[in-house]
Amino acid sequence: MSSILIIVFLPLLAAIIAGFGNRALGNTVAKSITTGALFVSCVLSWPIFLGFLGGTATAEVVQVLTWVRSGTLTFDWALRVDTLTAVMLVVITTVSALVHLYSWGYMDEDPDQPRFFAYLSLFTFAMLMLVTADNLVQMFFGWEGVGLASYLLIGFWFRKPSANAAAIKAFVVNRVGDLGFMLGIFGTYLVFNTVSIPAILEAAPAMSGATIGFLGYRMATMDVLCILLFIGAMGKSAQLGLHTWLPDAMEGPTPVSALIHAATMVTAGVFMVCRLSPMFETAPVALAVVTFIGAATCLFAATVGTTQWDIKRVIAYSTCSQLGYMFFAAGVGAYGVAMFHLFTHAFFKALLFLGAGSVIHAMHHEQDMRYYGALRKEIPLTFWAMLAGTLAITGVGIYWLHAGFAGFHSKDAILEAAWGRGTELGRFAFWMGTIAALLTSFYSWRLMFLTFWGKPRWIESEHIQHAVHAGHDEPEDHNPARQEDSGHDVTHAVPPPEYRGGTGGYHPHESPVSMLVPLGVLTLGAIFAGFVFTDAFVDSETFWAGSIYYNEGLIHELHEVPLLVKLAASIVMLLGLTAAWFAYIKDTSIPEKAADQLGPIYHFFYNKWYFDELYRYVFLKPAFWFGRVFWKAIDMGTIDRFGPNGAAWLVSKGSVAAKRFQTGYLYSYALVMLLGLVAAITWVVF
Amino acid sequence: MDYATSLYLTGAEIGLSISGLVLLLVSAWGGARVTRLVTILAAAALFGAAIFTGHLFTELSVPAAGDAFGGLYRADDFSSFAKILIYLAVIACLMITPKYLAANGIYRSEYPILLLFGAVGMSMMVSAVDLITLYIGLELSSLSSYVLASFARDDVRSSEAGLKYFILGALASGILLYGMSLIYGFAGTTDYAAIRLAFIGGIETGALFGIVFVLAGLAFKIAAVPFHMWTPDVYEGAPTPVTAFFASAPKVAAVAILMRIALEPFADHVDSWRQIVVFAALASIVVGALGAIGQDSLKRLLAYSSINNVGFILIGLATATQLGTSAMMTYLVIYVVMTLGSFTALLMLRAEDGRPFETFSDIAGLATRKPAIAWCLLLLMFSLAGIPPLFGFWAKFVVFRAAVEADLIALAAIGIAASVIGAFYYLKFVKVMFFDEAEGSVVKTSPIGQWIVLILAGIIVSPLGYFLNGLLDAWSSDAAASLFYLV
Repeated sequence: MSSILIIVFLPLLAAIIAGFGNRALGNTVAKSITTGALFVSCVLSWPIFLGFLGGTATAEVVQVLTWVRSGTLTFDWALRVDTLTAVMLVVITTVSALVHLYSWGYMDEDPDQPRFFAYLSLFTFAMLMLVTADNLVQMFFGWEGVGLASYLLIGFWFRKPSANAAAIKAFVVNRVGDLGFMLGIFGTYLVFNTVSIPAILEAAPAMSGATIGFLGYRMATMDVLCILLFIGAMGKSAQLGLHTWLPDAMEGPTPVSALIHAATMVTAGVFMVCRLSPMFETAPVALAVVTFIGAATCLFAATVGTTQWDIKRVIAYSTCSQLGYMFFAAGVGAYGVAMFHLFTHAFFKALLFLGAGSVIHAMHHEQDMRYYGALRKEIPLTFWAMLAGTLAITGVGIYWLHAGFAGFHSKDAILEAAWGRGTELGRFAFWMGTIAALLTSFYSWRLMFLTFWGKPRWIESEHIQHAVHAGHDEPEDHNPARQEDSGHDVTHAVPPPEYRGGTGGYHPHESPVSMLVPLGVLTLGAIFAGFVFTDAFVDSETFWAGSIYYNEGLIHELHEVPLLVKLAASIVMLLGLTAAWFAYIKDTSIPEKAADQLGPIYHFFYNKWYFDELYRYVFLKPAFWFGRVFWKAIDMGTIDRFGPNGAAWLVSKGSVAAKRFQTGYLYSYALVMLLGLVAAITWVVF
Repeated sequence: MDYATSLYLTGAEIGLSISGLVLLLVSAWGGARVTRLVTILAAAALFGAAIFTGHLFTELSVPAAGDAFGGLYRADDFSSFAKILIYLAVIACLMITPKYLAANGIYRSEYPILLLFGAVGMSMMVSAVDLITLYIGLELSSLSSYVLASFARDDVRSSEAGLKYFILGALASGILLYGMSLIYGFAGTTDYAAIRLAFIGGIETGALFGIVFVLAGLAFKIAAVPFHMWTPDVYEGAPTPVTAFFASAPKVAAVAILMRIALEPFADHVDSWRQIVVFAALASIVVGALGAIGQDSLKRLLAYSSINNVGFILIGLATATQLGTSAMMTYLVIYVVMTLGSFTALLMLRAEDGRPFETFSDIAGLATRKPAIAWCLLLLMFSLAGIPPLFGFWAKFVVFRAAVEADLIALAAIGIAASVIGAFYYLKFVKVMFFDEAEGSVVKTSPIGQWIVLILAGIIVSPLGYFLNGLLDAWSSDAAASLFYLV
């Protein structure tokens, strides 16, 4: 199975070529190389996955290079291929290949296309390194690599201050999580004397019950280690507390949001917890933390999602919420189910994001759903794709037939597992998840209704007016950097004043084929991924083949939960749909009235629970204050003043003295010579 | 010791002396017409002497040395190395001079002849192994220098420079002679080897006085602090080609005799004189750097720069080890190249009305007016500042390495820290040339001789100079080894 080498390193090679060749290569060559490489990786990945699915493949580790040999600290560059990796491989390479293709159309007018595609391929490489890691250090390499690529891609339009700010925010918030991850790795090495994942997992059960001194307290060793590692996962997977970067990351181009901030990178935390599942199983407190944080995030993000107007932000909070589902699934011990939701989510969330990108593309950069409406007829293919995605995320399906869209299978399994766990925390997670499912249904349909139904409200959008009035003569200074989401510019402008209702005389166009093909493929995934793979992911211990901790008893319980629990998700889905229909189709004045009546709660949700404001006062302001003190008082006032500036002052004074000494009179020169001589003799003799 | 061997070993000096006398006659007969011819012949004579010395350098296998005239004179690798450097430096001075002197109406055939006699004196200095030979060589070269300093005799500044140099030089000679007489009084001999034997059991206070006086007299010659006061005035007042000469060849000769006298007769009493050398080294570095910072006159600045460099060279002497001596030789070579290059660039810059460029405001924006010269100066200044990868860095590096290996770590650390001050004015050169607004005009053409010296200097100080490292190291350590042969 050395094809894994090609799968992993081909994207790196493509990234290097496209990145360093850049403009010398030209757009088409760079795009072809990177996209071609990804499709090759994708084509090679599926046989591996199908091999594990069919039970013919066995896990193996491919050594690449020795990395570190230092005392007892030894580890290699090695690629581990087992069921868990294979699942991630197909998710990453498939979504990445489709996003590469999608970007051909989406980024068509961007001036920096080779750079964009190089970053995308670089990201894919780093993500593949992460999921194939056989030791924690290599996983950390991939972890930081995807963080870097994420930073570069969020800030891709580096002339936009908001994009730069978002990129920095993403990086800094992730550093907080990374600190936890690093401490976890250090601690693991301290305890187990190795960073090799298989060795750690093997030794973990024996350490159960041991204690370790941490921050001055005696604590259970495994709980400390797992919570530290989970903090890393929280940062990368945007869990409650460290989630603030994800919505801002939407400043990046939409294909990036689809690939990195929905389908792959943000799921790295879930992957890590699953990869280390035997270790987490020895840490009950850590698992409780995982469950609680996951359930809380799941509900929190859903509440915020119901109030946002920016189409990408709604989907971003939705992603955050869905990640919460995955975490509490892992927290209750259903790792296979968590991975299953990760798998299906990758398809339908990438689909929703790419669909949103297609809508933004059609609406000339407008992202505010208040200015959408009635797009169903204008961009029908996008509409059908988005509809499939919505049906998948809301979990539409028929229980008795065991048939439904992707989310139906995975989300229901998560809720059942939470209930089936039987603990109080499991019940708590179940209720949180169910309420979140209600909200998921509501905000997803709200998005659909606002965008595709109702009457056109385009005329109020500045972007649309801009497109209509400025026409082809759009001056450069209105769009100086040409860096805006969707490279679509100055096209379908029709001369005014032909107003038709709220359209403002604007005609949205369906996206090009390169964008529609990925939508089509992902639509298939959103429809069938759940139905086809549910048996393997949820019920088959042989499928996982020891790559995750498989809790046979829990899976049994999962199938024995009461009928009402099994139907809960479907019931709340219908409730959410109905509510959304009343509010956004039947009587569009309801949302405003509701917002007025529920004023404080609405504002609380609308302002994202005031997390950003809280952080600003608790962390940012003190940090800036410290920064100013250190800068003004310590650095400038003390170090500079008595260091460099003081030395320079001394030198200039000395120079003046040296000049004054040089009088030009012979007798003073002779005097200095004689004084020097006398001094030297005195010094030598005494 | 047969006479023929003595004549053979002193061949270079004898040849140069005869050439000088003959050329004096030629110029007396030929008058102004033969000035150019005399210059070329003088250079040829020096070149011949350099070839002959090079022959001696390879012939006298290390560490064998040849004594001539009953132990008054020694031809060894050390002296050969220093002599070749001196001869080549004087040739370079001859090459860059004529245009400048002609422009000032003082291009006379006495000029090359004085340089020639100066070279003879310097040769004798570096070969001297007897206090008397040393003094004769020193005075011969000094007298040439006094005359050269006031060569533009109608110029007040030049005359003043000559006079100041002469009076202070006489004082220094007096100090030196007094020290020699003290040493003779206590040792009963003027021969280096015999002096060493005389003091082998211990040294009286009077002899110690002698050593200090001798070192002080020589410190005047190399312009080490506190015997440096004449340098800025003389360097500024003397015609620029003469300043270039002062800063190069005589420095080599004076440093060489200082090394020989410190490390041959007084080698057993290093602890007595080391503290003086250490003080002079650090004081020279600091005063040289501080003095240069306030200067607007480029010649004064380069004068302080040479004081500063002498400080670094003395660090090598303070180690009193073979490695330190070898480092000093390397430093001298690189220093001479950098100095001659800088002065040549200065000589090449004149306004259209013939006024030479002497201040910072003159060279403002030079990069746009004379890019080739500006870039060469940039290399030279970065090199003088000791910034890697230029060759000047290597010079400082070997000296500091020797100091560290001799456990003089504090000295090395202070020296390195003080070299930062020096970087300021070298970088100011670059800043003024490349970033300031250009004003005024500049002569477009320069003679080929100046271009050759400038470009050669530029190439040597550039990172390409490191290709010379192998040879330079080998020669320097040969030269140093011959000083320590008798130890």
